[in-house]
Amino acid sequence: MLIKKGEDIRSSEITPESVYRNRRKFLKTAAFAGAGAAAAWMIPDLTRSEPQNPAFKRPPAGPFNTDEDLTPYKDITTYNNFFEFGTAKEDPSENAGDFRTKPWSVVIEGEVGKPGTYHLEEFLKPYKLEDRVYRLRCVEGWSMVIPWLGFPIADVVKEVQPTSKAKYIEFTTLYDPKQMQGQKRPVLDWPYVEGLRLDEAMHPLAIFAVGLYGKELPNQNGAPFRIVVPWKYGFKSGKSIVKIRFTDKEPRITWHIAAPNEYGFYSNVNPDVDHPRWSQKFERRIGEFRKRRTLMFNGYGEQVASLYSGMDLQKYF
Amino acid sequence: MGSRSQACTAEWTSRSTFENSIEPLVTVSERIRFIAKPLAFLACLSPFLILGYNAYTDNLSANPIDDITDTTGIWTLRFLMITLAVTPVRKLSKWNWLIRFRRMFGLFAFFSGTLHFFTYLYLDQFFLWEEILADIPQRPFIAAGFAAFVLMIPLAVTSSDRIAKWMGGKRWRRLHRLVYFSALGGVIHYHWLVKADTRDPLIYGAILLALMGIRLWFFIRERIARAPALSHSAGVEKGLY
Repeated sequence: MLIKKGEDIRSSEITPESVYRNRRKFLKTAAFAGAGAAAAWMIPDLTRSEPQNPAFKRPPAGPFNTDEDLTPYKDITTYNNFFEFGTAKEDPSENAGDFRTKPWSVVIEGEVGKPGTYHLEEFLKPYKLEDRVYRLRCVEGWSMVIPWLGFPIADVVKEVQPTSKAKYIEFTTLYDPKQMQGQKRPVLDWPYVEGLRLDEAMHPLAIFAVGLYGKELPNQNGAPFRIVVPWKYGFKSGKSIVKIRFTDKEPRITWHIAAPNEYGFYSNVNPDVDHPRWSQKFERRIGEFRKRRTLMFNGYGEQVASLYSGMDLQKYF
Repeated sequence: MGSRSQACTAEWTSRSTFENSIEPLVTVSERIRFIAKPLAFLACLSPFLILGYNAYTDNLSANPIDDITDTTGIWTLRFLMITLAVTPVRKLSKWNWLIRFRRMFGLFAFFSGTLHFFTYLYLDQFFLWEEILADIPQRPFIAAGFAAFVLMIPLAVTSSDRIAKWMGGKRWRRLHRLVYFSALGGVIHYHWLVKADTRDPLIYGAILLALMGIRLWFFIRERIARAPALSHSAGVEKGLY
């Protein structure tokens, strides 16, 4: 796989610097201009505290690391779509505290040379962890910049040796309604299943993540380990994975089952394919006031577009 | 808030209605007007005060604009339901004074809806008219919400006593039945916009259904009660008696 140079999208090129720097202040002034100065004494602090790992040093910018401003740790860990713990954004951080991620086992099955059940520690041993600063674009029209800690899915694929029949990988999230209270209601067809074409999964941008900000992954972000596919909408990146299955058939992914006309198997970030609920032309970067234009393949086009050459992306959305 | 129409006020302030000829220092009507109404007004305003305070103190979520949209949207629906509950509750409980709060609740629904609408236009879309116009036909939930909001405008405009009097009670009441469709549009808007978890919109749908059911029940009952009288007078006219 060729590693081409990534597109360098400086946030300052998209949002004027002054607006960008004063975003929270701007939001307050703009949204509440009419509320009057009477409440002005209530503003204690215009900057949000940004607790993060002091030991964390962001990797230098490159094809696998954007140099855009990182989304604060607090936002990444309190604003989550993880329906297993509830459908509101704050539910996962409120409900996932007691989630047990040790011990954890992973099943490898299907069209693969080395199937089996592994303890997570044992499973992770061969792989070298690295920081990856990726953009994350949610299908709902918001985005973040997240410093993941993980390793390429390709490393695992090489290790477990899929057979020649294997064309897809399917990732299954834990099903445990006792721990995951969101699964007590049939909001989605549990367990959550996601999948990638094998060549997509082999792309060096696609990773298994075990941490963020250089620390262990918080439960609400998909602990103990999850996938991250930065050029696809966030829901493609399954969390708390217990099963990895190699198959010759396109996996039936959960959101596609829930609403086939809204969520396709590929679900690549694509500003030209409208979603019936949300325009995908723009996105709001968490922490910013004005929306910004959404980039094709979430800005990873140079690296991943060749995976889809000759495909009608309006049809295979 | 303006006062009720003269005719109505007269009945409410009439001492014989409430006070049994004892001269009170403060009438019930005055208590409603000067104590209960301001308190209700503050209570109705509180969700917006809390939202504003949380926005100022940075206590909203990582996506504050979504929080503003969600809060103003859900309170529009809640105020619509509260407004629609006034008449059924009044008839079931015989608490006739409830009617004096109905306009306030209705206007708060309109206030919340207006905030919700402008949050969408400004904070969400930044007045990008091209995007907004594309949204209405492309995203059915936007169309439903927009219709629900537009239907509230004539109701808010004609909410004052003077206009109600000028229109005449019958026409005014007929116009204000639009609120049923506005509430229905709001529920549909909510139902269509949620991704998968339809529990909450369905709860609002059930509340609306119950409120309309009680209305229908009273309507039928009043019809039946009136029916013999009508046939009697019709009979007299036809010279049958």
